[in-house]
Amino acid sequence: MDLVVRNGRLVDPARKIDTVANIVIRGGKIQSIGVGAGSALPSNIPVFDATGLIVAPGFFDIHVHLREPGTEEAETIATGGSAAVAGGFTAVAAMPNTKPPNDNPSITYYIISEARRSSPARVFPIGAITKEQKGETLAEIGEMFEAGIVGISDDGKPVMDAQLFRRALEYARMFDMPVIQHCEDLHLSKDGVMHEGIYSTRLGLKGIPGAAEETMVSRDLILAEITGSKYHVAHLSTRRSLENLRKAKSRDLRVTAEVTPHHFALTDSAVADYDTNAKMNPPLRSADDVAAIVEGISDGTIDAIASDHAPHHINLKMLEFDRAPFGITGMETAVGLALTKLQLSITRLIELFSINPQKIMKVAPWGLFEGSDADLTVLDLNRTWTFDVNQSRSRSRNSPFHGWPMKGKAVGTIVGGKLVFQDRA
Amino acid sequence: MLKRKDLLGTQDLSRDEILEILDTAESFQEVSTRPIKKVPTLRGKTIINLFFEASTRTRTSFEIAGKRLSADVVNISASTSSLSKGETLIDTARTLDAMAADCVVIRHSAAGAPHTLSRLTKASIINGGDGAHEHPTQALLDAYIIRQRKGRLNDLKIAVIGDIAHSRVARSNVHLLTKFGTQVWLCSAPTLMPPGIEKIVCDHGEFLHVTHAMDEAVAQADVIMMLRVQFERMNESFFPSIREYFRYYGLTRERAEYAKSDVIIMHPGPINRGVEIATDVADGPYSVILDQVSAGVAVRMAVLFLLLGG
Repeated sequence: MDLVVRNGRLVDPARKIDTVANIVIRGGKIQSIGVGAGSALPSNIPVFDATGLIVAPGFFDIHVHLREPGTEEAETIATGGSAAVAGGFTAVAAMPNTKPPNDNPSITYYIISEARRSSPARVFPIGAITKEQKGETLAEIGEMFEAGIVGISDDGKPVMDAQLFRRALEYARMFDMPVIQHCEDLHLSKDGVMHEGIYSTRLGLKGIPGAAEETMVSRDLILAEITGSKYHVAHLSTRRSLENLRKAKSRDLRVTAEVTPHHFALTDSAVADYDTNAKMNPPLRSADDVAAIVEGISDGTIDAIASDHAPHHINLKMLEFDRAPFGITGMETAVGLALTKLQLSITRLIELFSINPQKIMKVAPWGLFEGSDADLTVLDLNRTWTFDVNQSRSRSRNSPFHGWPMKGKAVGTIVGGKLVFQDRA
Repeated sequence: MLKRKDLLGTQDLSRDEILEILDTAESFQEVSTRPIKKVPTLRGKTIINLFFEASTRTRTSFEIAGKRLSADVVNISASTSSLSKGETLIDTARTLDAMAADCVVIRHSAAGAPHTLSRLTKASIINGGDGAHEHPTQALLDAYIIRQRKGRLNDLKIAVIGDIAHSRVARSNVHLLTKFGTQVWLCSAPTLMPPGIEKIVCDHGEFLHVTHAMDEAVAQADVIMMLRVQFERMNESFFPSIREYFRYYGLTRERAEYAKSDVIIMHPGPINRGVEIATDVADGPYSVILDQVSAGVAVRMAVLFLLLGG
């Protein structure tokens, strides 16, 4: 695909670029980056005018649930991919808790081929750590790696057996893949439906204490240290988890972490009216936890922002709070929430959404350099807009951010040189 | 008349609303002593008791209250309706609304179920107990008895003792009683004390105290409110044995001696004799447990009348 992206402010912290220039794309790759307005542009290919906009390496959401195969009434690879590009993401990493789960290469192949056929965003599958995500025996990690997975996780189901998790860390080292943990001690969180605290007590709902996450983060950091393996904390949500991670990083362990937008944009007070769209796992935490998360994002302890996009059919979210499933959609609101709620430099924002996610998943890097895949995210930092869940491209509607005013938006998404999404004012 | 559609909890009831309910209940108390225990106040109104959890006294109490006001009362329990066929709460609610019910009294094991219902129905919703959240009419009838026996709701020491973690009665009482500036002492083993309980009251937190020492809670108390140990909601270990629980949190005659000499002893029922309360105390002279039950009818008549009447 051929395209000219004209006169945008190009920002790529990995290549130390921050300049106004044109990008010429040929055959889906960046052919040249011309600094200055005077650079000669080919006249025979389409032009995307990025005047006044930021052009960044394509954003990569490393934690999404596409629900296919198995729960297509909630989302498919096609609709999830469409929601991704509408949120500014050129790539996503798909968690393995499909039905059946992605615990063997045939499912991995299916996801990759279906994504090539139907998804405007690139899809990198994550494989299961254990067979059927049961936490009993290791899945065929090597064969899934050959098929194209970029990491392993039993997301949604923590690996409670410490010995098995140690083996997973050791084994994944053969492929230098990250082992991604949904940290939750299932004994501490048993029957819990929201953060344990004043609100859970007032509402009479069973709590999930911060300690359920924190104890497993601590355990895993020790196992990561003794194995020397790459370990990634999914959706980190509490102050104590963050502090433990910070200490581990100061000892140069190969550990990373992501946070979700809802864990910095909302607190457990959002559950007050028993809104099932405020039910997710890990749950919305206390205001103090949120303050710590925001601090961790700014100071670099947190490596990435990922949406944990978890679509659920409305029939399930219409149930009583206790019975409704955990999870909310998030790909279309992630960038807007980060720009609206966080005071970040543009370079830090791009690190969180693109540079670090690429490094964590160790994918072949893309960015603002000649020869790179032409995967670009175009941002308008001044665009004010309101999220309307009824306009969402996801097949599901379970978002707590309906009607939220935002400032800053992805207004163009380019994958392989193809303009797959644009929203020009 | 209450200027609200629903009664979902005591947390958002004002003092004036509470007093209006209690005053109205006083005037209805007399109806239950007549030879013909019926007034025509709610003739033509339909009240549905929608009970997803087992209940004897609350359901019967609402039924009698409705009937004494001449309303038509229909009882639905989870085992006899399409609920057992997998119908969702929301569809059940819409169905009942389509039948033009004026009021639905709901009891449900899921906290917030009445709130979900209230958003979807035109009918008034009365919370008859939702999970571990609230049980407002129980707290109102408790307040009725306390006011009747003590002459006031302020400036008392009230000990609430037992399984606080699973208790909607405790929460509704805490919200109600602290509004009147009375000292409420919550007492249980730390394992049965939910985190943050001392902060659940928004405006009158200074009246709420928490202790695990029963003697401290009982000392000079005007009212002792014992709570049932809710074994059916416990699927983990909260205390070693009933024997040991009773040793630390059972109300015995010796323990009751620490309270004021005119103490009243309350229990929302059903009681577990020998678990949280000794038989001689439950049946003894300070016990007002059965008075609570009869007040329940008057208070529920008042609530139904104030929501549906006029």
